[in-house]
Amino acid sequence: MNAAAEAFLREAAATAANGELHQIVRKGVEHYDAAVERGRARFLDWEAARQRCRKIKREAIDRLDLYLEEFERRVNERGGHVFWAETAEDACRYVTDLAARAGVRTVVKSKSMVSEEIRLNAALETRGIKVWETDLGEFIVQLREEPPFHIVTPAMHLTRRQIAALFREKLGGVQTEDPQELTAVARRELRRAFFSAEMGVTGANFLVADSGAIAITTNEGNARLCSSLPRIHVAIAGIEKVIPRAEDLALLWPVLATAGTGQAITCYNTLVTGPRTASEPDGPEEFHVVLLDNGRSRLLADPEQREVLHCIRCGACLNACPVFRTIGGHAYGTIYSGPIGSVLTPHLRGLAEFQHLSFASSLCGACAVVCPVKIDLPRHLLQNRRNAIAAGLRPAQERTGFRLWRWAMENDRRFTMFGWAARFGWKMARRAGLAGTALDPARRWTKAREMPEIPRHSFRALWRKTHGAG
Amino acid sequence: MKEVALFIPCFVDQLLPEIGMDMARVLQRAGCAVNFFEEQTCCGQPAFNSGYWQDARPLAERFVRVFSRAEAVVCPSGSCTAMVRRFYPDLLAGTPAAEEAKRLAERVFEFSEFLVNVAGVTDIGASFPHRVTYHDACHTLRELGIREEPRRLLRGVRGLTLVEMANAEECCGFGGTFSTKFPMISAAMGETKAAGAERAGAEYVTSTDPSCLLQLDGILRRRKSQVRTIHLASILARTEADGTNSGNQE
Repeated sequence: MNAAAEAFLREAAATAANGELHQIVRKGVEHYDAAVERGRARFLDWEAARQRCRKIKREAIDRLDLYLEEFERRVNERGGHVFWAETAEDACRYVTDLAARAGVRTVVKSKSMVSEEIRLNAALETRGIKVWETDLGEFIVQLREEPPFHIVTPAMHLTRRQIAALFREKLGGVQTEDPQELTAVARRELRRAFFSAEMGVTGANFLVADSGAIAITTNEGNARLCSSLPRIHVAIAGIEKVIPRAEDLALLWPVLATAGTGQAITCYNTLVTGPRTASEPDGPEEFHVVLLDNGRSRLLADPEQREVLHCIRCGACLNACPVFRTIGGHAYGTIYSGPIGSVLTPHLRGLAEFQHLSFASSLCGACAVVCPVKIDLPRHLLQNRRNAIAAGLRPAQERTGFRLWRWAMENDRRFTMFGWAARFGWKMARRAGLAGTALDPARRWTKAREMPEIPRHSFRALWRKTHGAG
Repeated sequence: MKEVALFIPCFVDQLLPEIGMDMARVLQRAGCAVNFFEEQTCCGQPAFNSGYWQDARPLAERFVRVFSRAEAVVCPSGSCTAMVRRFYPDLLAGTPAAEEAKRLAERVFEFSEFLVNVAGVTDIGASFPHRVTYHDACHTLRELGIREEPRRLLRGVRGLTLVEMANAEECCGFGGTFSTKFPMISAAMGETKAAGAERAGAEYVTSTDPSCLLQLDGILRRRKSQVRTIHLASILARTEADGTNSGNQE
């Protein structure tokens, strides 16, 4: 087992036993559940909306090259720059070089999972640049020096009290536990940062090909400040974020909001089309878009799993996932957690290191039901598993076990015999007092659960008795 | 009279045989002629879900062969039914068995949907004077789209009070080999579910999937809960003549 898998097992077991964390996460998730249900009810036909969104994303992904080039052309026409980053390093280097050239000392950032994926903050900080996360949740987890807990709700795992204690410790002299006052404290800090920053970094929820615009969605308005106050605006987005037309936003915006938080529409939806023009009094002097591949084109090349690129990062599958609810976001040890993280990470960061995540699911299917672009997540988990076996990444013992199991199951007499032996063996083990000990053959079950009473006869034996041989 | 072939999942055959016997009794009472093909073993789902498709495939082909002569196939597990109906097409795509599998998929039914939608039965004359909550097994609900059928059957049982859990549709945490690959996650999920059943004030939690019940039974007994588990077929097999016997898994 590799280090990532070991860490996952350890962290997941620890958080699975953390009842306090479950309560906090459940409260957050159930709040969303209720809101999302109300939100879906506002649609005349939610199912039709999902279908339509899927069609839009599919159209974009199937002709990704064309739409990306169209997007680039339009951005260039308005004086913006587009950088094609093949890897995380390429993307970081572009942004840090740009910052160094322009003498940037302070960067303000709005929430961007892609910037987490490429670890941009660390890259900027090693060049001596101060980075401010300006989304309240991100600001909180940045103060805690930890990654976001959830794609949409980075500080979902923290209570008001914990945040108050954090502010007291890090910001000094804050004597309140009132959420509004705490928010005001953060706002005071952030306003100063907004005015001093020379560069603003944002993500992009959508890249609009026909208008060369980026669409950013926030509830706090912080992306507007990041993209308009500093002299330079850099937007970073995965290549899969492109959509064909501006009019597609008429559906994608409300669907993203509804699936993510249950809102009819997110508070601030911003379209940025480029740097300030001669006739405009304000706005950035420079506008850059970094298009990140970082493994996405590998996924694009796989017709079976390409649809994973439809994801609009609404976070609905995390909220619906009983595994996420049980172990939380940090245990995954990845940027993207929950079902989409378990499907995507093995593609972005290697099956060898992250295949274990695809196995850490009961395949309950709750994620597929809520996904607004209808990604069949359980099926992709199954395909990742199959690919892991095909690549020889699972323990030899398991492989041999399944081969033996198959041999037994290919013949009903062998099945009957093996079944009898297993039942007999378990009964003997229990009679010998092994149940619950280290030698218990079923200890992975019995550690947290009771075994069923083992019946004397199998079904087929009972059937023969009552109905005769078939 | 409808001819029905029993699809007895491998673990039901070995660990929970009474569920199979109860299902057979209920089907007979519903007027079906019931057969059991002894050649059947496992549908291949454990290997399929674990990624060992090459080991699952011959078992799927074998299953299709064994049941090709059946008019209708009825199974007490939504998950095993889903394997045949929803996942065989993927697994057997491009093999000579693909066509036969597609035909078979249309004749394989989960027990409650067979009773309600095919046999047209919602009252089988059962009696079970207890407070019962229904756990929506994941594959029954989300792969087969069965939500109302088991509830309709339960409402038809004399003396039974159906109480709903707030988290009726949440996974119990079993997930096949997931339960032993990640025992701590699986058990914590089971605890959440078990707590839901307790909060609902149920004496019994029932379901259309014996594997969920295996998990919940193990969890409930470990936490010394008063709530017990019983398969839907075992409830429907009880008549007033049986008195107020309790579940099959105690």
